[in-house]
Amino acid sequence: MPLQKEDVEKIAHLARISLSEQDIPVYTHHLSDILIFVEQMNSVDTTGITPMAHPLDAVARLRPDIVSESNQRDHFQTIAPQVEEGLYLVPKVIE
Amino acid sequence: MTWETVIGLEIHTQLATKSKIFSGASTAYGATPNTQACAVDLGLPGVLPVINEEVVRMAAKFGLAIGAEVAPRSVFARKNYFYPDLPKGYQISQYELPIVNEGQLQIEVDDKEKTIAITRAHLEEDAGKSLHEDFQGSSGIDLNRAGTPLLEIVSEPDMRSAKEAVAYMKKMHSLVRYLEISDGNMQEGSFRCDANVSVRPQGQKEFGTRTELKNLNSFKFIEKAINFEIERQIDVLEGGGSVTQETRLYDAEKNETRSMRTKEEANDYRYFPDPDLLPVMIESAFLEQIKTNLPELPDEKKQRFMQQYNLSLYDASTLTSSRELADYFEKTVKASNSEAKLCANWVMGDLTAFLNKNNLEITDSKVSATQLAGILRRITDKTISGKIAKQVFDAIWKGEGDDADTIIEKRGLKQVTDSSAIEKLVDEVITNNPKQLADYKGGKEKLFGFFVGQVMKASKGKANPKQVNELLKQKLL
Repeated sequence: MPLQKEDVEKIAHLARISLSEQDIPVYTHHLSDILIFVEQMNSVDTTGITPMAHPLDAVARLRPDIVSESNQRDHFQTIAPQVEEGLYLVPKVIE
Repeated sequence: MTWETVIGLEIHTQLATKSKIFSGASTAYGATPNTQACAVDLGLPGVLPVINEEVVRMAAKFGLAIGAEVAPRSVFARKNYFYPDLPKGYQISQYELPIVNEGQLQIEVDDKEKTIAITRAHLEEDAGKSLHEDFQGSSGIDLNRAGTPLLEIVSEPDMRSAKEAVAYMKKMHSLVRYLEISDGNMQEGSFRCDANVSVRPQGQKEFGTRTELKNLNSFKFIEKAINFEIERQIDVLEGGGSVTQETRLYDAEKNETRSMRTKEEANDYRYFPDPDLLPVMIESAFLEQIKTNLPELPDEKKQRFMQQYNLSLYDASTLTSSRELADYFEKTVKASNSEAKLCANWVMGDLTAFLNKNNLEITDSKVSATQLAGILRRITDKTISGKIAKQVFDAIWKGEGDDADTIIEKRGLKQVTDSSAIEKLVDEVITNNPKQLADYKGGKEKLFGFFVGQVMKASKGKANPKQVNELLKQKLL
């Protein structure tokens, strides 16, 4: 298997997902299967091919620099768990 | 041991667009919290970012100005990390394919020119702001700044002192303002800088371990922070320790840098191309159009000033340090019909001193270029001396009159050039100072200045100094 238990723990930590001890082997197995599947691509010779940045063969359309959004703070904040003085409140973070 | 300092800078400059990089919300500074954060900025489900054309134009303009290749195809990527002021859980940035590739910038330190290589410049969105005070046990989040367009300019580790780093930052600041792609307002965070600093024994090829100094938002702080950090690293190394690769924060009050967090998870941003955004293609016609509309750049202007006005490198650099100052100078020269050097001295001397003393920008000067030109014209045609001109300048600054002629007239400052009148004063001074006269004749030639001073004083500064000198020379023979 390409992934070890520690890899899965690290990925879970980076994604801020908590996994129980008994779930870890299951995820290790599933994620490894995905990697093994994708690994088949390595047999294709891609010399000289520009990697795609997007599955669609299209380019970005540019938007004119115009302010088109109005203030909808009250509307957005109806779904916020906690608000004070117009600010979204979150558990204290400080570096 | 002699140590060599190695510095590379990452400058974040906020692009002066009306709307955000990926949404139509306003970027105006200082709005009430969260009134300029729309669904896209908040990262609500189902929204799609759409890139702002002006952002692409400004980045391309910058690329052309530093002699870089503007990438015909650039790609946005997600930089993944968690922080409450980043609602999506990732920042849209550019990684493998930035919009601006290698370029360069000329700096001047101690009258010498040096070229600093620029690795790349890429577009990204700014995050919101966290407020940690005033909310018991909570932090308040204002997302007005989220999605504001930033151009991150990354230099090569080419600088060898804090002084060079400051010169580079100042030059870059001037450039983005010349190009009108950023207001460069450092207090509002429109122009900020992170510095990568390391030291190595003189002559060693490999770089030492570096630390990253975060969020240096004034020219004064950047110099102090880097100098502190250099000393700290040398102390650690000379004490037999080793420098830890980490991010450090500069504390201006204590003048020290403090460890923020070690960079152990530095490569864990898991960048990948953002599937919400298509590659940005820049066609040559688009670039050509920008190129034809590029303003005269600081270095070109500097060269022209040296040739056209016969100014020194120092004078030309100082006068072209901002577009507004350069414009003021040229307007003064044109309107005053005087020597460019005289104009340069006044703009860099008295005018700058008055501006600094009153904490004003050149655009807020209380003496306009036309008014200064009016003063200089009267120096050139000998109506007033340089010394009297300072009084006139002061009077205009204080609003005592609209132009030099009015003030000269009102205060009777017109220079006395009538030689018989000056001669009378000279005679009086000589008669009234027999002791000094005797000493002078006895060989104390320094006293000549005393006589000049006395005559000028007697004329209330209005006698033509050149005539005073000549007359005194004749009389004291």
